[in-house]
Amino acid sequence: MNNQTVDLIVIGAGPAGMSAALEATRYGLSVVVLDEQANPGGQIYRNVQQADARSREVLGDDYVAGAALVEQFLASGARYLGNAAVWQVTPQRHVHYLIDGRAEVMQGRYLLIATGAFERPMPIPGWTLPGVMTAGAGQILLKSAALVPAGPLVLAGCGPLLYLLAVQYLRAGIAVEALVDTSGHRDLLGAWRKVPGALGGWRDLLKGVQLLRELKRAKVKHFRDARGLHIEGSTQASALSFDSQGRRWNIPASLVLLHQGVVPNTQISWSLRLEHDWSEQQLCWVARRDSWGETSLPCVFIAGDGGAIGGAQVALHEGRLAGLAIAFRSGKVQAHALQQIAMAYRKTLHTKRAARPLIDAVYRPQQQNRIPADEVIVCRCEDVSAGEIRQHVALGCLGPNQTKAFGRCGMGPCQGRQCGLSVTEIIAEARQVPAAEVGYYRIRSPLKPITLAQLSNETALTEEHL
Amino acid sequence: MPAESLFRALAPAQNTLQIEFEGSTLSVPAGISLAAALLVSGVTHTRESAVSGRPGAPYCMMGVCFECLVEVDGQANRQACLLPVRAGMRVRRQQGARDIFANEHSEGADE
Repeated sequence: MNNQTVDLIVIGAGPAGMSAALEATRYGLSVVVLDEQANPGGQIYRNVQQADARSREVLGDDYVAGAALVEQFLASGARYLGNAAVWQVTPQRHVHYLIDGRAEVMQGRYLLIATGAFERPMPIPGWTLPGVMTAGAGQILLKSAALVPAGPLVLAGCGPLLYLLAVQYLRAGIAVEALVDTSGHRDLLGAWRKVPGALGGWRDLLKGVQLLRELKRAKVKHFRDARGLHIEGSTQASALSFDSQGRRWNIPASLVLLHQGVVPNTQISWSLRLEHDWSEQQLCWVARRDSWGETSLPCVFIAGDGGAIGGAQVALHEGRLAGLAIAFRSGKVQAHALQQIAMAYRKTLHTKRAARPLIDAVYRPQQQNRIPADEVIVCRCEDVSAGEIRQHVALGCLGPNQTKAFGRCGMGPCQGRQCGLSVTEIIAEARQVPAAEVGYYRIRSPLKPITLAQLSNETALTEEHL
Repeated sequence: MPAESLFRALAPAQNTLQIEFEGSTLSVPAGISLAAALLVSGVTHTRESAVSGRPGAPYCMMGVCFECLVEVDGQANRQACLLPVRAGMRVRRQQGARDIFANEHSEGADE
């Protein structure tokens, strides 16, 4: 076997990818883990090994807990390649990536996509202005660079991350001018019906309550049921205005951090033409998987938030299950052992998934922040507005792929990552059909920028018949 | 370059290094991404849209929005949020639409 062919290639070194690598190496599989960041941990445990005492204190126990997993992973025997950008994956499980400016390729007998989530786009008026970022971006700057907002800060949107970041900033001594919450008591009432099932995940629910209590104690202005969000400013964000409690508010801010939940990063799974379904519960595309994580393409698995949003603990156990299944298929685990070990993993998974339907219902992003008014830019790369997409539909455009031909929407460098979900929903609404019928962009490589020089110098793969 | 940065360091940086942005020298903390280094230095926008020319700035910080595309040491389309900052990096804003023959010009000749 040459070193370009391995039993398992894992893309992504977050909780799912790391735990799958741990499980697979335990049974003697050769494993390579590729990751885009400089250090393992994914976004959730980003930079956890490097964080100093002050950062650890600010970021909290759930973050610090990730250090043990990173340590185990680095000692597991899996080959870890950081700063590696995967730009193409083929159905034959050839993974093409850029590292240190060179193009390399390797082949896996099995492939695990563990690319995690990114934040759902929040197309509101003014969201393209400098001074507007995602809450996740704010947290990444805190984790990876110990940077905090320097001027007046407003957090807006919905979801647990928004509350967590507000609390982390408070611990760092940063004032939060306002928390502009698009969810409210009504969502909570509607969600109560789902509570019986959610009680199994009471620990997760309790964490959210504690965060809110901490914000209240710090007297952070918390507006609920905010509507009509509008970021003010001509070349730079200067304020956030919105409706709440029966009046219009205008909160000056130099930095507005937006968040309305996270969605699976499906670039690779779409590029492989895997089967996907529209999730009405999570309002996003989810790749079709069996209970081990195997997709519609045999030998290709997905674990963690890249499959469907479940959070770090769910990702960890899905990674274990996938790693175990791949070890079994490689002949390294006996059938009776497989079932026995899997049963324990599945039991934990069940508990860790329990609170999710409630979280999804309480923090369901508002329609007006997903399917915006005509003047709002939806495709940030090509500056295409929601109104232009509606005009395309009026001219006969049926789905996201055609918006490319009509007006270049989705054809910029982000390849639809920032506009894709909005475009699907805008077209579905305009056509009065379900999102599933509208479909998604046809994603093609290169998934990451690559120069012609890099491409032409790619190290050739010595083909092995797998 | 405006003096007011959107971000500041939680504690003074232990190690700094120097990079060049649009011809001026910036002293930035070591061990962080290029995008973070530009943000803490008061760089408010890092590109201008290829279509409308509107200013763009780092948005997601995790490699998915491509708003932070810059030119580094003559190579365009580098994602500043995924690039560890290095001493001596020469960084420029990515402005407007790409000139397909850019590499045939001597650097900066067309500006």
